[in-house]
Amino acid sequence: MSTTTAPPALSSGSSGRAGDKFFSGLTLAAGIVILAVLAFVAGFLVLESVPALFAPADQISAGTSFFTYVFPIMIGTLITAAIALLIATPIALGVALFISHLAPRNLAKPVGYVIDLLAAIPSVVYGAWGMLVLGPLMVPMYDWLHTYLGWIPLFGEPSTTGRTLMTASVVLAVMILPIITALSREIFVQTPKLHEEAALALGATRWEMIRMSVLPFARSGVVSAIMLGLGRALGETMAVTLVLSPGILTANLIGSGNQTIPSEIALNFPEAFGMRQNELIAAGLILFIITLLVNMVARFIVNRHKEFSGAN
Amino acid sequence: MIKEQTPSDPTKTAAGELSADVTDVKNAQQGPGRRHGRSRLTAGQKPRWTAWAVAGGALIIAAALMALIGFNIAGWLIITAILYVVAMYVTTTIMENRRKATDGLWTNLIVGSFLIALIPLISVLWTVISHGTPGLTAPGFFASDMKGVTGITDQKTEAGDLPLIGGIKHALMGTLLITLAATIISVPIGLLTSIYLVEYSNDNSLSKVIRFFVDVMTGIPSIVAGLFASGLMMFICQKILQMPPGSNVMGFSAAVGLSVLMIPVVVRSTEEMLRVVPNELREASAALGVRKWRTTLKVVLPTAISGIASGITLAIARVVGETAPILVTAGVALSTNFNLFKDWMMTLPVFIYRQLMNPTAPMAPTASEERAWGAALVLIIIVMLLNLLARVVAKIFAPKTAGR
Repeated sequence: MSTTTAPPALSSGSSGRAGDKFFSGLTLAAGIVILAVLAFVAGFLVLESVPALFAPADQISAGTSFFTYVFPIMIGTLITAAIALLIATPIALGVALFISHLAPRNLAKPVGYVIDLLAAIPSVVYGAWGMLVLGPLMVPMYDWLHTYLGWIPLFGEPSTTGRTLMTASVVLAVMILPIITALSREIFVQTPKLHEEAALALGATRWEMIRMSVLPFARSGVVSAIMLGLGRALGETMAVTLVLSPGILTANLIGSGNQTIPSEIALNFPEAFGMRQNELIAAGLILFIITLLVNMVARFIVNRHKEFSGAN
Repeated sequence: MIKEQTPSDPTKTAAGELSADVTDVKNAQQGPGRRHGRSRLTAGQKPRWTAWAVAGGALIIAAALMALIGFNIAGWLIITAILYVVAMYVTTTIMENRRKATDGLWTNLIVGSFLIALIPLISVLWTVISHGTPGLTAPGFFASDMKGVTGITDQKTEAGDLPLIGGIKHALMGTLLITLAATIISVPIGLLTSIYLVEYSNDNSLSKVIRFFVDVMTGIPSIVAGLFASGLMMFICQKILQMPPGSNVMGFSAAVGLSVLMIPVVVRSTEEMLRVVPNELREASAALGVRKWRTTLKVVLPTAISGIASGITLAIARVVGETAPILVTAGVALSTNFNLFKDWMMTLPVFIYRQLMNPTAPMAPTASEERAWGAALVLIIIVMLLNLLARVVAKIFAPKTAGR
């Protein structure tokens, strides 16, 4: 693309000016292409969803309407992401604090690299690991939960393979951990040194220093880091597809059943045609809207935060 | 004198806690700490060996507990860790004070969370390496595809009558070609956009909008990107080019889907790199009468090239492992296909997925699993190499700063 710019002549001003105009136009065009792509994604999803949204009941796979079809898998998606977030957030914040404030300087860098390695592993590998290693490992725990806490509807009849919503959530938690860690570490590091030193000078212990100067400073940034992790967990496909043996919506987290939107699409889209395809794209639209909202809120918080912390 | 200073409720406020500590230190100087014969400064602190003693005690008690309910190593370590954290808190509270104990408690919890985070990483890497090596070292794993591999041959492999046949040549080629195509699409767009954002936009409202939506784009679920690419190519191929239905399933569609995921990553990393190029360089170039576009191409980009190259490498590493968008765009294939614009194509992640979910021989999945783990090992090696390359590139091309 950029090879078509004006010949690199040192010469006259006019060719240089043309080059300038051309180049700035080119860069502007590229920026607009990006906006257009995003608009296309949204527009295309809406356009292709419309037939499914207003289709007569007998053409929808769930029987009654599109919304009775999409509602259970939407709830499944939200539950999976919520559990993943519950598991990942405390650990991720701990790791981030460890890297930013606790680890010795020469240890912090390799540790950060190790956590980045977690992010580099492809999701399908996590899926395979969850399916063949983590799942069987979780089975004894599920049996235990069912035996002793079986009166809670969440811990119903346990699965014998461990391929359940709970296992999928644990795998997702591992996958979003590095994201939350990396983002919150960046914000923890930005805490003004003076605040920290002032706290220490007043005799605060290290934890008190963290609680009184680092955490208040980082609060909004951490919230947005968590929301970005949530966005990732909502949209993650392969790990769930491989781990979960899908079924109807159920409160039982440790038995087979439940399904998420991305996993439903990945499982069925390759063989789908006609109305079924529209239906899956409409499900994709729902997912797109949810993640878009989550991400927009998170980015909004980040951007606002940036203006505040401009001083350092 | 000291007693009078003690606040009524030191737990309520931060200031209260701090002054309580002062009191405690002074108490300690006259108190039991003296008896150990150490200096006044370290008096009142627990001796260094406390942590080791507590850890040893926790190990022994945990072992005893586990012996009651059936011993296993994982449970032993978990109970030891919990006992250690609790016991350290209690010990420190008794020997020093509550504030020190709280500090120690949180330090332990934070270090503990780091250790917990390491478990899955080690487990995943260990699993892939140990399960993947047999498949990887099988003869012809890289040189053959899955043509001619049927359920019958896999059953023979499992029975031990045949060596492991079939390989990942088709998937490896597909991965390389599709990723290359995605890179060729995304890098120019991403690079030019970030140049616009940094050099030409003057932070106008359009640039703010672009930046915001690029950020939002990084959060698009990969499956949605795949759906978009699939639908777009279906529209182009069938409605505009009048090709027969199904012709939109090809490697190029997958490349389009991956580009949607890759462009925002490239834009963000390049933008950051361009921003750190010192303004003096641009001003010096402008003062010599060089046009802005030439300044950008000849001065700004070469200065930032190390960061840009490593950012692009990381973006490639991110999309190389994507499965979902390829599954819905390029489909699955058994034989090697070098043509991006025709017929279905296989990639490594989709290969892993298919081998696990739909084993070639449903009754004898061992062979398929072995191939899947072998492919997973190859995929992880590729991703790690790319990550390493990004670091090396950043080092090699880094601008020489010594003179300044």
